[in-house]
Amino acid sequence: MKTSLTVKDLSHRYGRRIVLDAISFSVQEGEFFIIIGPNGSGKTTLVRTISGTLQPQRGQIEILRRPIRSYSGKALARSVAVVAQTPPSDIPFTVADVVLMGRSPHMSLLAIEKRKDLELAERAMAFTNVQHLAGRRFDQLSAGERQRVLISRAICQQTRIIVLDEPTAPLDLAHQINVMDLLERLRKEDEITIVMVSHDLNLAALYADRLLLLKEGSVVGLGKPEEVLTFQTLEQAYGCVLLVDENPVKKVPRVTLVPNSRLMNDCS
Amino acid sequence: MKATAPYVYPILKRILTVSLVLGLLLIISAFLGLSMGSTAQNIRQILAVLSGRADQYPTLSNIVWRIRLPRVILAALVGATLSLGGLVFQALLRNPLAEPYILGISGGSAVGAIIGILLGMSPFPGVAFFAFAGSMATLLLVLLIASTRSAMKKDTLILAGVMVNAFCSSVIMFLISLTQDSRLHNILFWLMGDLSLSDTHRTLMLMVSLLPCFVALFLFARPMNILLLGEEMAANMGVDVRLTPLVLLLITSFMVSIVVCHTGLLGFVGLVIPHLLRLLFGPDHRLLVPACILGGGAYLILCDLLARSLPSQGEMPVGVITAMIGAPLFILLLRRSRR
Repeated sequence: MKTSLTVKDLSHRYGRRIVLDAISFSVQEGEFFIIIGPNGSGKTTLVRTISGTLQPQRGQIEILRRPIRSYSGKALARSVAVVAQTPPSDIPFTVADVVLMGRSPHMSLLAIEKRKDLELAERAMAFTNVQHLAGRRFDQLSAGERQRVLISRAICQQTRIIVLDEPTAPLDLAHQINVMDLLERLRKEDEITIVMVSHDLNLAALYADRLLLLKEGSVVGLGKPEEVLTFQTLEQAYGCVLLVDENPVKKVPRVTLVPNSRLMNDCS
Repeated sequence: MKATAPYVYPILKRILTVSLVLGLLLIISAFLGLSMGSTAQNIRQILAVLSGRADQYPTLSNIVWRIRLPRVILAALVGATLSLGGLVFQALLRNPLAEPYILGISGGSAVGAIIGILLGMSPFPGVAFFAFAGSMATLLLVLLIASTRSAMKKDTLILAGVMVNAFCSSVIMFLISLTQDSRLHNILFWLMGDLSLSDTHRTLMLMVSLLPCFVALFLFARPMNILLLGEEMAANMGVDVRLTPLVLLLITSFMVSIVVCHTGLLGFVGLVIPHLLRLLFGPDHRLLVPACILGGGAYLILCDLLARSLPSQGEMPVGVITAMIGAPLFILLLRRSRR
């Protein structure tokens, strides 16, 4: 299996504050890789450096075995598609237009979309089940629909890697599962590498091949869900007591929140 | 695989259709602009002159080709430029109210142009350069004022523009009242845009400098679309989010400033036309750029026609007409954007 993404000794600071501190890991092609960690642990900064939005201040990033610096903006957009955390809500285009824009990194300045591009957009919309919204304006959709449209746009970009920053955060339970299943299918059918940030440990455990647990910019855990989601590691990362047992749905860890008041009672 | 659904219209066909319709409108407006004027004549004479049989009516032929034609072309170029300017500013600042005049960019270039003239520069490139510098300075100033308060809120930007505009107007008045220079005899020319100072040479010069800008802006139409998705998403889709807006702002300010040198302050054209065209054809800039060029041109030819023919004697500055149409629309849009 080939490496899809390599991060070596990556550090980043905003002013004096160190956000990422010598982070190293690599992701294989077709892997479902989920980054977890408490607020302010550097997850979004990490994702933004991987997607080329931020320049790495120190350390190296390799995308598809080539240093990220060697990519032009357009070439990078042909290799990595990004679904950002908060898209602007006032996009005036229709869903079909937005999805079709995913083709632009593959087109020269004057080129217009050909039949093949339209078909790809159509397929991408079918994949995330938004064809029926094609003629609707993006700014009139619900949060869940928007997220699916943006994922559809990322698929239309036809990249080997898709990076998502908390794609399930604004979604209700049914849509969370839908989106995760969709990403799972992408990975299985097209061997696309999925790198995703999530706050939901249980969702992450259910779908991830491997997890990266960050705390204050450092790696606290890296490996299969059962290796990372242990009582000790989680307490160290999140600073609170969490109950870890086995998920009855799939043989992965299940994390349950424990109210502090309940902790006191149990101790006494 | 399923055939392409009807909602994704082939864009090329749409561009051609829209350009054809608006092109026709432009030709009709130009025809009206050429045929109407203070000299009385009937339509047969006009048609004869326009079809090249000039020898029958030498005076009329002279009026049409030497006086009216440069003016009509000037109006078309100025209308196209100001509409495009509005379109680009609205896209880049994500604000439907942005426009070179409202943001004070036009005012800044007018100040620059007047300073250039007072320093005894030649109209081109000296005065044009000063006008460009003036427009860039005001653009920078407006963005600076707006960005210090709550990150480019829509109303802050407009307020900053209004203030800079007011300041520029007073500087223009100040400079004009200080000077005895006969070249600045007409205050109205600078405060209320006017197309009456057109001649063949100036119009040709303007055409040569504006047409390449139009082409360049059309090349940037798709990046402008993608920029509407937000800076971060645009960057992730391969658009250079630093260079692209910079180049667009430079081209636009350049166009607007040389137009201001020739016509003074013409308000609200860049508000009315892009807004109307967006309502008709949607937000795609590949469609809107050619539509603004043709539609904006037609619009200003018609406005100028009104300005020439409404008063029973002489004419009024065309800026009066554009402001009378544009200002109410601005208020309407402002009310809607607050909602």
